[in-house]
Amino acid sequence: MSTITGHSELDAEPSGDSASTGRRGDRIFSGLATGSGIFIIVLVVAVAVFLLSQAIPALLDNKANFLLDRVWEVNDSELRFGIPDLLYVTVVSSLVAMIIAVPIAILVALFLTQYAPARLAAPFGYLVDLLAAVPSIVYGLWGFFVFREYVEPVQNWLADYFGWTKLLEEPVSLGTVFLASIVLAIMILPIVTAISREVFAQTPSTHKEAALALGATRWEMIRTAVIPFGTPGVISAAMLGLGRALGETIAVTIIVSTNPGAFRFSLFSGGETFASKIANNAGELGSSTKAGAYIAAGLVLFILTFLVNAAARIIIERRKAFSE
Amino acid sequence: MAQRIDVKDLNVYYSSFKAVEGVSMAVDPRTVTAFIGPSGCGKSTFLRTLNRMHEVIPGGRVEGSVQLNGRDLYAKEVDPVAVRRTVGMVFQRPNPFPTMSIFDNVAAGLRLNGEKRKKVLAERVEKSLRGANLWNEVKDRLAKPGAGLSGGQQQRLCIARAIAVQPQVLLMDEPCSALDPISTMAVEDLINELKTEYTIVIVTHNMQQAARVSDRTAFFNLAATGKPGRLVEINDTDKIFSNPTEKATEDYISGRFG
Amino acid sequence: MSALTQDTLSPAPASPIDKPSAGRAIKDKLATVAVWTAFGIAIIPLVWILYTVVDRGANLLFDPHWWTNSQRGIVARVAGGGAYHAIIGTLLQAAVTAIIAVPIAVFTAIYLVEYGRGKLARTVSFMVDILTGIPSIVAALFIYAVWVTTFGLERVGFAVCLALVLLMIPVVVRSTEEMLKLVPNELREASYALGVPKWKTIFKIVLPTSFSGIVTGVLLGLARIMGETAPLLILGPYSKSINTDLFGGFMAALPTMINQDRVESYDPALNRVWAAALTLIVLVMVLNIAGRVIARRSKVSR
Repeated sequence: MSTITGHSELDAEPSGDSASTGRRGDRIFSGLATGSGIFIIVLVVAVAVFLLSQAIPALLDNKANFLLDRVWEVNDSELRFGIPDLLYVTVVSSLVAMIIAVPIAILVALFLTQYAPARLAAPFGYLVDLLAAVPSIVYGLWGFFVFREYVEPVQNWLADYFGWTKLLEEPVSLGTVFLASIVLAIMILPIVTAISREVFAQTPSTHKEAALALGATRWEMIRTAVIPFGTPGVISAAMLGLGRALGETIAVTIIVSTNPGAFRFSLFSGGETFASKIANNAGELGSSTKAGAYIAAGLVLFILTFLVNAAARIIIERRKAFSE
Repeated sequence: MAQRIDVKDLNVYYSSFKAVEGVSMAVDPRTVTAFIGPSGCGKSTFLRTLNRMHEVIPGGRVEGSVQLNGRDLYAKEVDPVAVRRTVGMVFQRPNPFPTMSIFDNVAAGLRLNGEKRKKVLAERVEKSLRGANLWNEVKDRLAKPGAGLSGGQQQRLCIARAIAVQPQVLLMDEPCSALDPISTMAVEDLINELKTEYTIVIVTHNMQQAARVSDRTAFFNLAATGKPGRLVEINDTDKIFSNPTEKATEDYISGRFG
Repeated sequence: MSALTQDTLSPAPASPIDKPSAGRAIKDKLATVAVWTAFGIAIIPLVWILYTVVDRGANLLFDPHWWTNSQRGIVARVAGGGAYHAIIGTLLQAAVTAIIAVPIAVFTAIYLVEYGRGKLARTVSFMVDILTGIPSIVAALFIYAVWVTTFGLERVGFAVCLALVLLMIPVVVRSTEEMLKLVPNELREASYALGVPKWKTIFKIVLPTSFSGIVTGVLLGLARIMGETAPLLILGPYSKSINTDLFGGFMAALPTMINQDRVESYDPALNRVWAAALTLIVLVMVLNIAGRVIARRSKVSR
C-alpha cells in the first residue's frame, strides 16, 4: 500500500498534530491509515478507468448507435449493440419498485418511531431489518416460483381494465417486469425504512410538543412536525433504494423472462436490465470483443448508480447544514 | 371568555414514579399565576397536566381532577386534543417549526383546525403577531423561515402561534429561561398585556420575574430527595414575597436554599 | 397597548372539550390503521419467504450427508449428495474476503476519524459512499476487467474474493467510523497526557473501546457478501466437487449451487435448490443476528 504517499500527506499538514510525535510508530501508523484512505480513492477511480478502457474499444467498433439503436447482436466478427431497451427496463422496473416501496417504508418508519409501543419498537424494527438479510437469490427464487402465481391475477385484472395504456398491455411473458418491480420493492423496503426511521426518530421533541400543544392529533403532529423535518432524509433514502434497485442482478435475472418477441413498453412484458443482461451472458465474456459490449453496459449502470447515489449524498449533506 | 382552573388532590406519575403529590389549587380567570420552586420539584410536570401534555411522555398519568370552568379535563369522554386547543402552551426553548415561514408558523394551529380561507388566515396571523408585539418586527418578512429570528423574537413568535388558536388559558413553561434580559423584558411586558384577556400560568425559576408578572404565586418543593414534589403554599404574590405563611417558602425566596 | 383591541386576542367562545371534530378524529384513526397495516405488509414477505424455504428445503438439512457430501456424480433426477462443497466454498471465500477487506476498512475508518482533515478526507468519505452504491455486478465486471482481461488469469475463487472485497469495505468502514466517533475524546486526551504516542493510543485505547462495534460491522459486512451472487456468475463458475484451492479450478458456493439447478424440472434437484437457499439464509441470518446482538450488548455496557 502507498505508505510513502500517506505519510508525506501528513507531513504536509501545516497545522501539524500535537499528539502525533515524530516517532516511527506514529509515522507508520498514520501512513497505513492515510494509505488505506487513498487506496479507496484509487480503487473507485480504477473501477471507472478499467471499465472505460475496456468499453471504449467496443464502443468504437460498434456498428450501431449505442444510445439510440435497439439491437444487441454481438459476435466475434461484428458488434451491433445499443442500450435503449436495457435502459428502459432498468429504470422503469426500479422506479415502479420505488413507487411501491417508498410510501410503505415511510408508513413503517412512522409506525416504528411514532406508533409502536416503546417496548416493541426495537424488535419490530429488527424484523424489518431482517428483510435485508435475505439473500437476493432467495428473493429471486421465491418471486418466480411462489409469488408469481399470486401476481398474475393482479396483472390480468390490470390489463383487462387498463390494457389500453401501453404501460399495462396484456401479459405475454411468464416472468414480467411488474413482478420484478414488486420483488425489488420488498428488497429495498428495509433500506428505505431504516434511513427514514433514523431521521424521523431525530425529530426534536420540542417540535412535536409544539404541534401537540396547538391541539394537533397524533397524525396532525406527524404532518406538522415529523414529516417536514424528515423529508430530505426520506428523499435520500428513496434515492439509495433506487440505486440498489437499479443494480440488482440475480433476483431480476431469475424473475424476468428475456423478451421473446418485439420490445413492448408494457410492465407485463419480459425484458432485460443492464445487470440481468450481463448476468445472462456471463458466458460470453470469454471473448474480449464481446466482453467490451457488456462492460459498456456495466459502465452505464455504474454511471447511473453513481449519479443517483451522489444525489442522495448531496441531499443528506444539505440537510445536515440545514439542521445545524 | 377566559376560564378558571380548579385542581383537586392531583397526583402525577411517570409510570410507577410519583412525581407530584396532592396538589389542590384554584386559578382565577384573567390572572397570572406563577409557579416557583427549586429544580426538580415538579412545577413543570404539574403545569403540563393542565393541558394534558403530560400524557405525551410514555408512562405519564395522573390521579385526581383538573377542572376547566367546572369541566373535568380528565373525564372519560374528554379528548386530550381538544383540551390542548383550549389550553395553549409556550415552552422553555423557543420551538418554531423550522421548515415553516413566520406566517405559516402562526397559521399552523389554525390550519390544523381546518381554516383554509386565505383572508381569515392573514387577518388572524396579523392579529396574533400584533398581540405578541412582533408584528412591526416581522411584517416585511412573513415568508422568511421562523428559525431566522432572534431567540426573543422566536419566543414571541411561539406565543403568537399559541394565541392564534384563541385558547382559554395560556401555560408558559419557563418562557424566558433561554432568553437575554432585553428579550425577557419584552416577553414580560407581553404577559402583562395578555392577562387582560387570558388566564395565564407561568413556571419560572426566576423569583424576580414571578414578583414582576404574577398576581398569585405558588411555591412547590420536594418533601425530601426522592420524594414527590408538592405544593407548599399558594397566595397573592405580594403576600408570598413579603410575608409567607410557610417557613420553607421564606427560606427559598430569601435565597437560603434552591 | 393600542394593538390590543377587543377582538384581537380574545379567546374563542368556550369550545366543548369533549367533541373533537369528527373529520380530524377519523383521519387520525385512519392514519393509525394505515401505519399498522404498512407494518403488516412489510412483515408478510419475510414470513412468507422463510416459510417457503423451510417448507421446501428443511428436510435435507436434517440429513447428515447434506453437511458432509458434495454433489459430485449426482444428477438432477437423483436425490442425495450434500452441499458441503458449496458451504465450504462460501465460507472460504467469505473468510479470505474479510482478511483482505477488514484491515483496509478499519484503517480507512481510523484515517477518517483520527487523522483525516480537509479535502482528502472529504474525498475519501465520498468514495466510500460511491463504493457503497456500486452494484455487485459492476464490481464483478471491474475485477473481470483487471484479473482476466488485463492480466490474463483464470476465473478462480480468489477473483471472486477480490470483487467481494469491494462490496465489504464500505460496510465495515461506515460501521467502524461510527464506533470510533463514539469513543469520548477525554479517553484520548487522558492517554496523551500520560505521554502515550498517538498510534499507541489508537491501538491500545480507541480500538479496544470500540472493538465490539467493529466486530458488528464485520459480521454485517460478511452477511452481505455471503449472499452475493453476481460476482460468482462472472468470476466463479460452479463445480459439483469439493475444491478448497482459491487459486486453481472452479469452486462451488451456495448461491451458484442454487443458480445451477434452479432451472431444473426434477424434484430432487429443486429440493436441493431450496435446501441450499435455506442453508444460505441460515448462515447469513446467524451472522446478522450475531452482529446485532453484539451491538446491543456493547450499547448496554456503555
